[in-house]
Amino acid sequence: MNEWRKSTPRRGIAGAMVAGSLALSGAAAVAQDSDATAEQFDKFRALMEESSPAELFEARGENLWKTKRGPKNASLEQCDLGLGPGVLKGAYVQAPRYFADVGKVMDIERRIVHCMVTLQGFKLEDISKQPFSNAKQTPDVVSLVTYVAGQSRAMRIAVPQSHPEERKVFKLGEAAFFHRAGPWDFSCASCHGEDGKRIRTQNLPNFTKKGTADRGFLGWPGYRMTGGLMHTLQWRMNDCFRQQRFPEPGYVSDTVTTLLTYMGVNANGSMYLGPGIKR
Amino acid sequence: MKKRVIIWTGVVTAAFAAGCATTANQANYEAEAAAMIQRDFHARGIASMDRLKQDELQLACTKHRTQLPADLERRVAAAQLAAIKLPADGKLMGDWKRGQRIAGSGRGMTWSDKPEVPSGGSCYNCHQLSPQQTSFGTLGPSLRNFGKLRGYTPEMQKYAYQRIYNSKAFTPCSTMPRFGTSGTLTEAQIKDLVAYLMDPESPVNK
Repeated sequence: MNEWRKSTPRRGIAGAMVAGSLALSGAAAVAQDSDATAEQFDKFRALMEESSPAELFEARGENLWKTKRGPKNASLEQCDLGLGPGVLKGAYVQAPRYFADVGKVMDIERRIVHCMVTLQGFKLEDISKQPFSNAKQTPDVVSLVTYVAGQSRAMRIAVPQSHPEERKVFKLGEAAFFHRAGPWDFSCASCHGEDGKRIRTQNLPNFTKKGTADRGFLGWPGYRMTGGLMHTLQWRMNDCFRQQRFPEPGYVSDTVTTLLTYMGVNANGSMYLGPGIKR
Repeated sequence: MKKRVIIWTGVVTAAFAAGCATTANQANYEAEAAAMIQRDFHARGIASMDRLKQDELQLACTKHRTQLPADLERRVAAAQLAAIKLPADGKLMGDWKRGQRIAGSGRGMTWSDKPEVPSGGSCYNCHQLSPQQTSFGTLGPSLRNFGKLRGYTPEMQKYAYQRIYNSKAFTPCSTMPRFGTSGTLTEAQIKDLVAYLMDPESPVNK
């Protein structure tokens, strides 16, 4: 893992480039041009995505997926992500979904963790201790999710609503999305319930409707230039709740799954272009 | 004629029942989501679990989202207004230069914030203020020329103080946090922010 990280000097370069690019555009911008900053970043992102650092994590994830690991010395090749054991193509864009073997709706990361526990014998408590990337490490599960996501590249988002449990989880996710609490009275909708809003210069996608909700799905898992780290949607949700001034949500918890279901269904129909790059 | 009345009564009853069912369903999902959140979250750093206990205003604004029914809105706003503590010394204006720093700081109240570091007001996250600061959000209205446009009056100073202390006293389901009520900002910090908005020398009014 460590030697792998050393072999990616790109990370530092990318960070420096985006910092320079943003600093330049920031100095030049006048008040009304904050959207121009975002536009400039989008161009830069398009450039970066041609040789995306995310692909390196996909490669690492593929290797992890196929390697016998864990107390049970098994690979993940028999993991059922909803389309049958070992079927990866299209699984990412059709999750969260209902899994009959556990009687629950699971998002993709949660399901992969489930497979690591059931097939390989890893312990959920151990995986949950440090599930997100930081300067010291990229957890295996992050690379695994990135690999699985890459297998849905250029496919349309189609989060299912055919099972009653899936429809119930959507409604629960909607309720959680509008749930106001905490010292600052925020809900998800406080920032993501209207079109065309920004925090500072950061555009805030409206997740409550078709046409804009896909911004919460596209580009994830994402290589985040701030810090140069690979992150999944589980991380994104965790950091949103931090900024919502809430206590911390449990990793791969029901709350996160319901919210990913609500936002995923609202994103249905859009083309998923694979793991991407985030500011 | 009689038949038509009966049919219409049936339609109206059915529509009413469907409306009630929808409301009841929404209330059920809200209750279940609240229980789920209680179950799934844990305290971290300064972000303790008591933060998840919804007060009357949060419950009402979860149920009705952005717009409360008129009578409830009046009652909630009045309760919020009554709980605002104005400065005992009667002075509402601090130092706009300190206010500018507070307005620019988005620090505070997250689980990664240290309790001993003072919180900021996060003003620029949502509002335009000084023309020199081009990195501002748009969740709230522009506050450019705040005092200049509204008049440098004691009444406007008081309004600014109250708005920052508890925006919900005026708009119960406003997105803006209750900076005084929640203990995010101190009396002195709010005074500095009032000066940032209301001092004719502040860049906000230049």
